[in-house]
Amino acid sequence: MDSHVVAMVGASPNWNRPSFFVMKYLQAKGFRVLPINPAAEGQEILGENVFASLEQLPCKVDLVDIFRNSEAAGPITDQAIKINAKAVWMQLTVRNDAAAARAEKAGLKVVMNRCPKIEFARLNGEIGWSGVNSGVISSKRRKISS
Amino acid sequence: MSNDGLYGFETLAIHAGSTPDPATGARSTPIYQTTSYVFDDTDAAASLFNLQTYGYIYSRLGNPTVAVLEERVAALEGGRGAIATSSGHAAQQLALFTLMEPGDSFVASNKLYGGSVTQFTRTFKKFGWECDMVDTEDLAKVRAALDKPTCKALFCESLANPGGVISDIETLAGLAHDAGVPLIVDNTMASPALCRPFEFGADIVIHSTTKFISGHGNAMGGMIVDSGKFNWAQNEKFPSLTKPEAAYHGLVFFETFGDLALTVHGHAVGLRDLGPAMAPMNAFLAITGAETLPLRMQRHCENAETIANYLQNHPKVAWVSYAGLEGNKYHPLAEKYLSGKAGSVFTFGVKGGYEAGMKLVEACELFSHLANIGDTRSLILHPASTTHRQLTAEQAEAAGAGADVIRVSIGLETAADLVRDLEQAFEAV
Repeated sequence: MDSHVVAMVGASPNWNRPSFFVMKYLQAKGFRVLPINPAAEGQEILGENVFASLEQLPCKVDLVDIFRNSEAAGPITDQAIKINAKAVWMQLTVRNDAAAARAEKAGLKVVMNRCPKIEFARLNGEIGWSGVNSGVISSKRRKISS
Repeated sequence: MSNDGLYGFETLAIHAGSTPDPATGARSTPIYQTTSYVFDDTDAAASLFNLQTYGYIYSRLGNPTVAVLEERVAALEGGRGAIATSSGHAAQQLALFTLMEPGDSFVASNKLYGGSVTQFTRTFKKFGWECDMVDTEDLAKVRAALDKPTCKALFCESLANPGGVISDIETLAGLAHDAGVPLIVDNTMASPALCRPFEFGADIVIHSTTKFISGHGNAMGGMIVDSGKFNWAQNEKFPSLTKPEAAYHGLVFFETFGDLALTVHGHAVGLRDLGPAMAPMNAFLAITGAETLPLRMQRHCENAETIANYLQNHPKVAWVSYAGLEGNKYHPLAEKYLSGKAGSVFTFGVKGGYEAGMKLVEACELFSHLANIGDTRSLILHPASTTHRQLTAEQAEAAGAGADVIRVSIGLETAADLVRDLEQAFEAV
């Protein structure tokens, strides 16, 4: 993962929503996560100000993580292209092939129907807890994750 | 890096899930003989209990040794994730627990391991689960049974124990999906070395790892493997995965974990509340066994073919039900689903029925008279008086366990020694 600043569209201030604990997890792994949610504009989530849209962000963004439904992911992807994000990530069960094609044409990387928290854990060996097939084959000792 | 697609089955059997131990560098998987795991602080503990981060809490929910076996079997089956249980029976119960509510039903093949028939038709009644047993070769009957509004799954064995019946997995998967329910395949007898049900559309695979995966008759265990491909939200049938779970503050498993929903639910709710966790020592033995699964299955099948051919030409044998024999009804399905092999467990009929069968079993000196399969040792059994004893005569007949039936599980000994043992045992009949 070479994305250090993540804009999370659909971030919820509610502690038991998936977006909240994905944000918390990514923060713990050293990512800066900027929450986007028009309904919560001006509030704070996990110490970060909430913005109404991607266009309002004050800094450059590497990855746009979309916690919205597949249809809504279309215009959000277009905004991500507009603000020169490097990648678009649609969460589990979110998939918009047309939007993905537009983003890839504009040079962005696209991931759909996946969760960055699960993928991060899968690749650094944290996820064994839940019996996940990580797909990792290696004879090298891994670093112990903190 | 995610790279298992690059590797062959034999490599996965040895390496999947078991990178060197991060703490010590130990190359063989350590046995984490511990019940519990310290928390870094109270916030980390709370996050763990809420399923908001990853880590070990308590070995009923997960254990690092057990997790290696889970990943190993998931990789061998080509699945997304897996849940280890204390036995194959526990795996069946836990898989159905996720899918079923009281008052629900499921459809199962009437040609199943006798222990499964008893569990499904008698014990599960106590949970309010109804099992409709049908002949899965009668597709109209399967379709009609799946049509029941309470139906939540279709269950069969890839290679049935002990009758040598092979299920037409691809066809059954199509019927199950038309009805909006998953196809569950018990792949114990074939093992992933011979059959990978997900490649033919199955959604969930069940194993008794006690059998070929462990392979040495020394460790009980079960496994549920999820393909990750079934869309649990396509209808209202699976509230455990698609409705808020009160015990986890309204978390919705399918929304939160997507194609891992069944795998995570199986640990976080199934193992948590039903409790049939696999012991780390048993996981270690199964991991070690799995490393040689492809080699062992090859020899198991070679020896079984030799014995089946010997029996077929024996004057005291009435019939042999082994799909590996030319002309067997299931031979074409063996070609399609089991790489042309038929495993090493099969049945034959002794002339002289019940009495002759008992005499043969008791006269064996090398074959062990016991109720297990998939051991390095060759095993022999009279199902009608043992494993299938709880069944009605009709059920036993349907399951291929009538009065004259002998079941063998052919081991890895020298084939000529096995033939010689049977030869001397037949003299007692």
